[in-house]
Amino acid sequence: MAKLVTLTIDGITVQVPPGTNVVDAAKKAGIDIPVFCYHPKMEPVGMCRMCLVEIGRPVVDRATGELVRADDGSVKIQFSPKLETACTTPVSEGMVVINTSQKVKDGREDILEFLLTSHPLDCPVCDKGGECPLQNLTMEFGSGQSRYIYDEKMHSAKHVPLGDLIYLDRERCIQCARCVRFQDQIVDDPVIGFYNRGRALEIVTYSEPGFDSIFSGNTTDICPVGALTTADFRFGARPWELNAAASICTQCPVGCNLTINVRREAISQGRMAIKRIMPRQNEWVNEIWICDKGRFGYHYVESEERLDQPLVRKDGKLTPVSWDEAINLVSMRFKQAGSNLLTLVSGRLSNEDLYNIRKLTDSLNGKSALYTQMGGGDVVAQVGMSTGSNLANLGKGDVILVIATDLHQEAPIWWLRVKQATERGAQLIVANARSTRLDRYAKYPIRYAYGEQNNLIAALVQLIDPQKFVDAKAIKHLSEQSIIKDTAEALKAAQNLVIFFGNEGSGVADSQVLAQTCAILLATTNHAGKPNNGLIPVWQRANDQGAWDMGWRPPTDLSTSIKEANALYIVACDPAGDDPRLSLTPDFLVVQDLYLTPTAKLADVVLPALPFTEREGSLTSGERRVQRYYPAIPGRTGALADFAIAAQIAKACGITLEERSAAKVMDAIARENADYAAISYTELANVEEQWPIIGRADLYYGGTSYENKQGLGMQLQNAVQKGEPFQISLPELVEQSGEGLLAVPITRLYDRGNTLIPSQLLRTHLVSTVMWINAKEAKQQGVEEHDVVQIECGETSALVTVELEDAVPDGVVLVPRSVGIPISEPCRVRLHITERV
Amino acid sequence: MKTEHVLLRHRDHPEINELENYRKIGGFEVFRKVVTTMQPNEVIEVVKSSGLRGRGGAGFPTGLKWAFVDQKNWPHYVVANADESEPGTFKDREILEGNPFQFLEGVAIASYAVGARAAYVYLRGEFWQIAHQLDRRIQQLYHAGLLGERLFGTDYSLHIFTHLGAGAYICGEETAMLESIEGKLGQPRLRPPFPPSFGLFGKPTVVNNVETLTNVPLIIERGAEWYRSFGTEKSPGVKIFCLSGRVKRPGNYELPLGTPFRKLIYEYGGGILEDHPIKAIMAAGASSSLIVANDPALDTPMDYESVPSLGAQLGSASVIVVDDTVSIDWLINKTVHFFRHESCGKCTPCREGTFWMMHLTDRITAGKASWQDVELLKDVASQMRGKCFCALGEFSIEAVLSGIERFRGDFEARVKG
Amino acid sequence: MNTLLEKYTDEVQTILAKYPPDQKRSALMPLLYLAQREYGYISKQAMNEIGEILDITATEVASVVGFYTLYHDQPAGKYRIQVCTDLPCALRGSEEFLKQLCENLGIQPGETTADGLVTVEEVTCLAACDRSPVFQVQTPDGLVYHENQSVENAMKLIRTWQSKP
Ligand SMILES: Cc1cc2nc3c(=O)[nH]c(=O)nc-3n(C[C@H](O)[C@H](O)[C@H](O)COP(=O)(O)O)c2cc1C
Ligand code: SF4
Ligand code: FES
Repeated sequence: MAKLVTLTIDGITVQVPPGTNVVDAAKKAGIDIPVFCYHPKMEPVGMCRMCLVEIGRPVVDRATGELVRADDGSVKIQFSPKLETACTTPVSEGMVVINTSQKVKDGREDILEFLLTSHPLDCPVCDKGGECPLQNLTMEFGSGQSRYIYDEKMHSAKHVPLGDLIYLDRERCIQCARCVRFQDQIVDDPVIGFYNRGRALEIVTYSEPGFDSIFSGNTTDICPVGALTTADFRFGARPWELNAAASICTQCPVGCNLTINVRREAISQGRMAIKRIMPRQNEWVNEIWICDKGRFGYHYVESEERLDQPLVRKDGKLTPVSWDEAINLVSMRFKQAGSNLLTLVSGRLSNEDLYNIRKLTDSLNGKSALYTQMGGGDVVAQVGMSTGSNLANLGKGDVILVIATDLHQEAPIWWLRVKQATERGAQLIVANARSTRLDRYAKYPIRYAYGEQNNLIAALVQLIDPQKFVDAKAIKHLSEQSIIKDTAEALKAAQNLVIFFGNEGSGVADSQVLAQTCAILLATTNHAGKPNNGLIPVWQRANDQGAWDMGWRPPTDLSTSIKEANALYIVACDPAGDDPRLSLTPDFLVVQDLYLTPTAKLADVVLPALPFTEREGSLTSGERRVQRYYPAIPGRTGALADFAIAAQIAKACGITLEERSAAKVMDAIARENADYAAISYTELANVEEQWPIIGRADLYYGGTSYENKQGLGMQLQNAVQKGEPFQISLPELVEQSGEGLLAVPITRLYDRGNTLIPSQLLRTHLVSTVMWINAKEAKQQGVEEHDVVQIECGETSALVTVELEDAVPDGVVLVPRSVGIPISEPCRVRLHITERV
Repeated sequence: MKTEHVLLRHRDHPEINELENYRKIGGFEVFRKVVTTMQPNEVIEVVKSSGLRGRGGAGFPTGLKWAFVDQKNWPHYVVANADESEPGTFKDREILEGNPFQFLEGVAIASYAVGARAAYVYLRGEFWQIAHQLDRRIQQLYHAGLLGERLFGTDYSLHIFTHLGAGAYICGEETAMLESIEGKLGQPRLRPPFPPSFGLFGKPTVVNNVETLTNVPLIIERGAEWYRSFGTEKSPGVKIFCLSGRVKRPGNYELPLGTPFRKLIYEYGGGILEDHPIKAIMAAGASSSLIVANDPALDTPMDYESVPSLGAQLGSASVIVVDDTVSIDWLINKTVHFFRHESCGKCTPCREGTFWMMHLTDRITAGKASWQDVELLKDVASQMRGKCFCALGEFSIEAVLSGIERFRGDFEARVKG
Repeated sequence: MNTLLEKYTDEVQTILAKYPPDQKRSALMPLLYLAQREYGYISKQAMNEIGEILDITATEVASVVGFYTLYHDQPAGKYRIQVCTDLPCALRGSEEFLKQLCENLGIQPGETTADGLVTVEEVTCLAACDRSPVFQVQTPDGLVYHENQSVENAMKLIRTWQSKP
């Protein structure tokens, strides 16, 4: 590590790394220097001039290069005549900073007065009231009265929609450019900017459709005044009336830490209601950001459609019954079914749910199946991210490989962190059959044909270790390409290697092989089992990894498994909604969910579950970090946590399962599952100080993102790290074959899943039932943009609207997942035009 | 004092805006000589010892600036500052119209000296016609083999491009200018790093004023000693003084540095219109403080060291003359309007301060203000002092504060009560 | 369709060639002049087209349009007469010149004549302080200076425009 620089601030001596600016150095010493434009996650710009301090530096004799000393031997310090901006001034050895003199106070009062002259001072009706640095700093530094002529103040538009999610109050804006810089520098989506100049500067968007960026909500957190607000929270509540609960986002495998703000609401009959979702700092996971899906997509938990009573089919109709009646019926029929019981769950559930449901099923000798379109969780348990990893540690000399996934859409915060790693110097390899937004930062963007992803990784392995995949014909045309050769060299030279893999272009079986080949690549380059190295699965659901860890596996053939079962227990998934033709006609169907999904409508018994906001639980992220969430509001009466429902069924079957609390279930998991041995709810609640310091009522203002007081979670050790042998053998490679148009399902952030549709706010952002095809291929297939076509894949088919998209390869159509198109794996399709406008 | 036209040579040779005529008086021979016979640092040494200082306003030693260019980071660029937007400044325009090839030769020599193979001439958008002429002239240089690849049989190549601004005074500030060339808002950058280490496209860059560069060919041709024979010890050389305002013969006058105000205003400028008494002088355009035009002031030499003794700066030597028909409150209202219009908005004090100064001076000149408003105006200006991001904001208060202090009577006469 | 790119393919290429290939954004200002020539002002469509050519967002294009005074996001008179009334010119009577010119045209500064031909605007210093009164005429095709002006001269000039078809 570089030598630390020593300086004093208000008489306190501090040591910080070179390059630190004075604001941050002061913060480390516990001293607040007020800022508006400076944000610790962005380059300083020195625009607002609020952070003025007096700075002195030791005097150096030019001739000798020696420090000049006063008679008493102390080093002579020369103060610059002007105040300097602390945010733009890097520390230097022996620097003396004064943050409390009258001169400094006056300087800040001057700046504040300027800011307030154009501010509407409408604090009583401002959403930021109570958490506003302008308000706080005015209390601290303001002069208490304005000498400026009020009727000449600026007046400008107050409710300007920049998009459908973010509103701007132009009068409140203090032109600090935090939002513009966030969109430009941090998320590389510069769709808001300044217009005009001087005092007429205003935030605008000229993009279509406006401020439409999947990270847009973060700008409202870092806006230091109430100029930017979300459509979700505007006029929703005053910040000081809110209670905060720690939670984890359940929308994707990143596992962003959340704070859920709640308040007792008159309109909901005095019930507690969720007012907004905010990021909670976890520098290992999401830093201080979250994506808009996590922020705005929670409304399903408060949907009016939620079930609050068990239902049993009587005379063909689902009829409300008591829990006892439902549980008795279910337990009786499950016992009867025995080994003919099939339990189907998804990674939407917590570890505790997955554990208990698995236990129940096993005890009854039933079969268990994970509802997923992707494999490889067992491989991840061997070579996933190791304990002590942080994507923020990746930089110069490190390599990141992203294959068969569109991170921007599937796991936005990972996209962001990968992008930032490239900015720190990491080399990025992006391999996919089509271009994605991550390509911009890739040193090696690699294209292959859908289906070739496994062979590509094998080719890289072969180039690095010629002993492996020796005779594989299938990879020859790949390993001869110069970009792939260069990539292999880069991989060889990598200090650290992280591989993200997804299932774009693969089915479950194929993606299982992809996981294996990637693991072999990690092992071949000697990166397996080391911190800041490993395999990260881009699952579709938040806790797919937890499901694998709890022993759940996807069935080889779901529809056959279903056909063979007498009794079906389906929890937190909706196979009938995804594929209406799936025949779900066992003797006895139990569905456990939040609402009456298409699958639940077919059920004999429906058991109402609680969403994550109303209970406790833990999730295991794709980086194998186990994190716990807390109840934000009391559970709705009539519904129960999934693990508790399973325990009740078990009890009625004469099996004992933990049902008292999620924490106790976790203790059971820890006793049984070696990977989870060190995990307990107490451990998961551990925190340590994070940098930057954020979320307090400090004058040093990092945003409304919450400080993490409730737990940073724990990253699991993987098998290799634990010293277990690496157990993955080389898979068989197959050559790409098959004729005809290939349909490939892809994951879009805003799909039409059950957990997103109820969010009115995101309605216009949801992807509809479309298929994307390039113009040339469209011509070949005789279809035109906006045509409605029947897309046929074997037995199943769906109606989709044609959209032209350059990035789609020839011979391929892309269709979104989770919008009701029953194509879950790549398949050959035929198109029939049914309507042309 | 000895003088001759070093810069405004077209006044003696009106036809030198044609390449062939410029070459007849030796044009581009210096560039050839430099490229074929001199090392870049030799060129820099000559410029250093000539004592040439930047004519864009800050007066920074030109040779020293060239020597600062980071030799570890390539490529390098030269940017010629032809933004000329300071009120009262119109010298670069005359050079560009009358003596364009000498300027281009200066750009070429500077580029060679700092190892730049591409140079941009940034012209204010209003110089649309000049830019088009300059484009044609640059093409002529390519045709004549004086620009392009492998010049004069060496492996030195040079390309010169023009870049047209679009109406923003702040783009004369060198880092804002670089942003503007990069297709961004013309807002100044944080400094350090300075352009010689982090400039255009993030590469080491020398930014020089048009007049500065136009000096260079003759300095190299005739030597540093010759150049030092003009002007004063510390401010050697010639300078174009832009004379405007209430004088009989406004215009550009190329004179040695150190020429007294009186000589410029009365001898060259023919004195004040209708022979009114002179009242005040602004030596650096709208950015100046107001000099009370008494005898000692009129006898002060116009050079970088003497003008500060009057509580003012020489800047770009845009001498605006004010007579007794002008009330100073009106005058600062004009300058403050200018700065309010041109403030880029990046920093709080300038963005807000220029706006409030405008409002207050509007009230004062309209006779609607009380003395309290004058005090408030003074406060606003003082509140800005030393806190702005760039010099625009700092300059905007010069006339205000010096005006109120040195011409208090004008304000007293205007306010009610 | 990208009109600018298709109609001015060569010109766009010439502009791009002035800047290093990885600094395409630098071509923004010259392209805005091109767009202004084509459309008379910088329309939203022009912003989109330029954004597409330079691989930047329409908002980034718009920001630059908004910052600089010689780009216009609204149509106005075919000829914009921009009179300098800054300090040096004002010391030589330019404010009076502006006033009389406007009176002659029957408009206020900032307004456009009823026939849509002329807009009169006040501008800051044009670097012609020794030849006041001075104005520049901005049209979509460029800018021309008119120095040492009188109201009669200016009106004569305007009449030549009026008589053009
Ligand atoms: C607000 C502002 C406006 C400026 N305008 C100009 C200008 O129009 N022309 C110019 O040459 N320098 C101008 N400068 C000075 C430049 O920043 C820079 O110092 C100069 O171009 C350097 O060239 P020189 O060393 O040859 O003088 C301006 C500076 C400021 C702060
Ligand atoms: S002082 Fe501030 S607002 Fe003014 S021009 Fe400079 S940076 Fe822009
Ligand atoms: S200038 Fe330092 S925080 Fe804004």
